[in-house]
Amino acid sequence: MIVGRGETWSGRVLLVLLMAATLMPFASLFVTALHPPGGYPSGLDWPADPHWGNFVTAFQAARMGELVKSSALIVLGVVPVSLLLATLAGFAIGHLRIAGRNVVFLTFVLGLTLPFEGIITPLYYQVRDMGLLNTRWAIILPLIGLFMPFAVFWMRAHFVNMPDELSESARMDGANLWQLFWRIHVPLAMPALSSLAILLFLWTWNQFLLAIVLVDDPLKRTMSGALGAFQGQWGTDIPLLCAGSLLILTPTLAIFLIFQRRFVTALLQGSLKG
Amino acid sequence: MARRTPKTRRPGPARAAGLRTPSWVGWLFVAPALAVYAVFVLRPIVLTFQYSVYRWDGIGSSTWVGLGNYGKVFTDPDLFATILNAVKLIVFFSLIPVVLGLVIASTIRRIAASRLALAARTVLFLPQVIPLVAAGITWSWLLSSTGLVNQLLSHIGLGGVTRAWLGDFSTALPAVGVIGAWVLLGLCTILLLSGMSKIDPALYEAARMDGAGPIREFVSITVPSLRQEIGVCVTVTVIAALASFDIVYVATQGGPGNATMVPGLEIYYLAFSERQVGTASALAVVLMVLVIVVAIPIQWLTKDRSS
Repeated sequence: MIVGRGETWSGRVLLVLLMAATLMPFASLFVTALHPPGGYPSGLDWPADPHWGNFVTAFQAARMGELVKSSALIVLGVVPVSLLLATLAGFAIGHLRIAGRNVVFLTFVLGLTLPFEGIITPLYYQVRDMGLLNTRWAIILPLIGLFMPFAVFWMRAHFVNMPDELSESARMDGANLWQLFWRIHVPLAMPALSSLAILLFLWTWNQFLLAIVLVDDPLKRTMSGALGAFQGQWGTDIPLLCAGSLLILTPTLAIFLIFQRRFVTALLQGSLKG
Repeated sequence: MARRTPKTRRPGPARAAGLRTPSWVGWLFVAPALAVYAVFVLRPIVLTFQYSVYRWDGIGSSTWVGLGNYGKVFTDPDLFATILNAVKLIVFFSLIPVVLGLVIASTIRRIAASRLALAARTVLFLPQVIPLVAAGITWSWLLSSTGLVNQLLSHIGLGGVTRAWLGDFSTALPAVGVIGAWVLLGLCTILLLSGMSKIDPALYEAARMDGAGPIREFVSITVPSLRQEIGVCVTVTVIAALASFDIVYVATQGGPGNATMVPGLEIYYLAFSERQVGTASALAVVLMVLVIVVAIPIQWLTKDRSS
């Protein structure tokens, strides 16, 4: 390829600048978190006497342990059920090609770009009438429903590409429909399922609107919803707020760094499909 | 209809799975997903429309007002301003990330396989992964009067323009926009880069042979080849602008005054603080329609190429 040296060089400089611009806010957050609590530090000045204890204080003040547990419970309620329901539906629409599949599929597609704010008001009254307000179910159940359009869309796209011959030969070997689904198709769908699981985890963990509207107790919310409450409480103590924000960021960052390849791929595919 | 072209198949009992499965069995597979979707999405959508034609405080009895609430959305300057603000945010949430992302991606295309580029893929994704609330908190600190942004400005001799960016009537909305641009730039850049990796390098070689410069190359090859990816970036980011909530809630709560009030946040205040469920619902309908109006043509344009 004919590429001038100057172009390669400018590309590298641009990348480094861009990475710096992305990381700068995190650096500022970190440095600020080390200043004496209650102070009003400025920008990127390294403190003379770093207060590492701020992280401990913030951990206790934000009750991080309980928050992680609450978010984990919500994720465990949302993700496996969503995966199961979407896989069943995607299989029927994409592979079994049931009668009326186009209508069903269009019904799901209808919700694909729905902004959550659009239905939050009736959702509140509905969840209240179900007696679920201020429980984790108030976040779990609506989220499963709200994730269905994307999840079904995603799984259908996988199953539509599965060759009929595969199911035919399984049938010849005497598999019934249920065995065909569990023994043949679910194992083959694992890559699609794990990418979907990553996306659903991320969207659940970061869900804010449902958490603040439907659950008053921050300890029963998602991490993101709890962070909002933490800000209200500690908004005036900048170093502690920064320390708390960093702590609350850490779980997603850690999981992202562990699974980064899958995350990036899943998010790219996710936006392409959505 | 998406029915596949029938290939020549062996006759006999083992035809395609769909043919041997009675339809009602297939419907059993769809039923659970359809049920949760109907209860927690479709029913609330219908109810939003229903609430939007009533005056209701959420507790007492409701009064039929026809399209009155919609009239209010479009005539009350405060309510209509929220829609205008969302439209202005599109410049920051969408235009800047897509245009800048295109320029950045085409500049780094040539080193896309290097280790630096791989590291960048990870780093640029960070804003996508953290909660938007955290992005809001981080940036409200950066943009505060003693924050990093003002410190940098003072360093380069621009001390005169420093201010509390999110608290100033004239800069609050652009400042919120910058947060959105920071969150979405990485996603757009990576998405466009991955699209570029599918462009045949021979195209670029040929262009170079013909004496095309980087700009000509960008306009004639890169942008047309990335039509689908650009469409996706525009759809995702425009919807993010129209339906913004988390960042605004955390960074400004809609203030100062109503300078950064967006429809999502206004719906929340109207429904849960001011107890104007009808008006909130009318605004919600307008927001949903707006998002669909934006999303459909772009989906349609991008589908065009792949078929």
